[in-house]
Amino acid sequence: MIRLTVNGQAHELDVPSYRTLLDCLRYDLGLTGSKEGCGVGVCGACTVLLDGKMISSCIALAVFADGREVTTVEGLAEDERLHPVQQAFMDAGGFQCGICTPGQVVAAKALLDAIPHPSEAEIKEWMLGNLCRCTGYYKIVESIQAAAGQARA
Amino acid sequence: MRYEAPESVQGAVALLAAANGDARVLAGGTDLLVQMRADVVEPELIVDIKRIRETRAVTQENGGWRIGAAVTGAELKEHAPLKQAWPGVVEAANLIGSTQVQGRATLGGNLCNGSPAADSVPALIAAGAVAKLAGPHGQRDLPVEDVMLGPRTLALRPGEFVVSFLLPPRPPRSADAYLRFIPRTEMDIAVVGAGVSIAVDGAGTITAARVSLGAVAPRVLLVAEAAQAIIGSRLDDAAQERLAAAARAACRPIDDKRGTTEFRVDVAGVLARRAALIAMDRARTR
Repeated sequence: MIRLTVNGQAHELDVPSYRTLLDCLRYDLGLTGSKEGCGVGVCGACTVLLDGKMISSCIALAVFADGREVTTVEGLAEDERLHPVQQAFMDAGGFQCGICTPGQVVAAKALLDAIPHPSEAEIKEWMLGNLCRCTGYYKIVESIQAAAGQARA
Repeated sequence: MRYEAPESVQGAVALLAAANGDARVLAGGTDLLVQMRADVVEPELIVDIKRIRETRAVTQENGGWRIGAAVTGAELKEHAPLKQAWPGVVEAANLIGSTQVQGRATLGGNLCNGSPAADSVPALIAAGAVAKLAGPHGQRDLPVEDVMLGPRTLALRPGEFVVSFLLPPRPPRSADAYLRFIPRTEMDIAVVGAGVSIAVDGAGTITAARVSLGAVAPRVLLVAEAAQAIIGSRLDDAAQERLAAAARAACRPIDDKRGTTEFRVDVAGVLARRAALIAMDRARTR
């Protein structure tokens, strides 16, 4: 039995010890925003925050999260109001097919939490573990820059 | 599969010693989970060491630094005094994986995963790091170069695990550096890695050196001949060439799609030389 808080909501779950955090979120809690891309911690599509720090949930066990707080892409918007990062990805065209987007958005939020006004180099270094096969990354970098500007306003 | 997260070294040792079947120590899990998901390993017991205080701390000890085996790359990066003292070790640890992986990946895991291409291991060996092991018969110290014997093969005895590493005190005018070659710009496994630690005297002559090479043999190598090649020199061109030649001579690499034998041997010489130049530059300016 594990107790974890996901997007502010407390859960008590009986999970097998080999269950990944990603599968727990998707199949036990129905939070299908986080995606499985590579399954080996390389592509970043499964990025979530564990106590505010970003991790690849496909190579984390659900039991790791016992007593801790998980934030997924579903937890970023406040009611109808999108998180500034989400809004910026829409405004600046930071996605095309969208499969990597939940991971990109969560990683970008973690970046701006850590470095509110990152340089382009800092954005690229932080985001290097979030692969995108559509955008060529330029629009993602622009989206994050736009979100940082929004936060500044 | 049973998952345990003991809060003491003794608790972890007791679990590991009592295990029948495959028991695995889990630190960050960035290698173990991948291997479990690919059914490469099917452990019956996982002992998560992250709740043990000694594995999670970075502390000063007798003028050196003790780093817990489960301290993450991100935590090392944020530790300014450690980064100042051992820039090569911290750089090497920070080369492992993405920001997500950095939040989990650890020095203990990188070593005990048993890969000859592990980035932090040549840096630790060049630094003269000593691993503290805990087991059913108590604790013992083992130099990092003696921990890994070959791919996926460790010198750890049944029930033992790595608790922490001790980096020795830094003499004045000394520094380290680590470089690796990968075909991409990031997020890849070293084709060759080279760690060098150097101390110089007031005149800029090298008084002590350690050179370690990764991914060019079944285990990460401490290359004494390469260190001897530059001790007593000011790392002039001739000393650099002796260093590169000694590094090349130590290599016994595999030949695969990521690098041919010939290429790895050549790059080992190049990287040893470049890492030595960086370490030298840092040592001189301290």
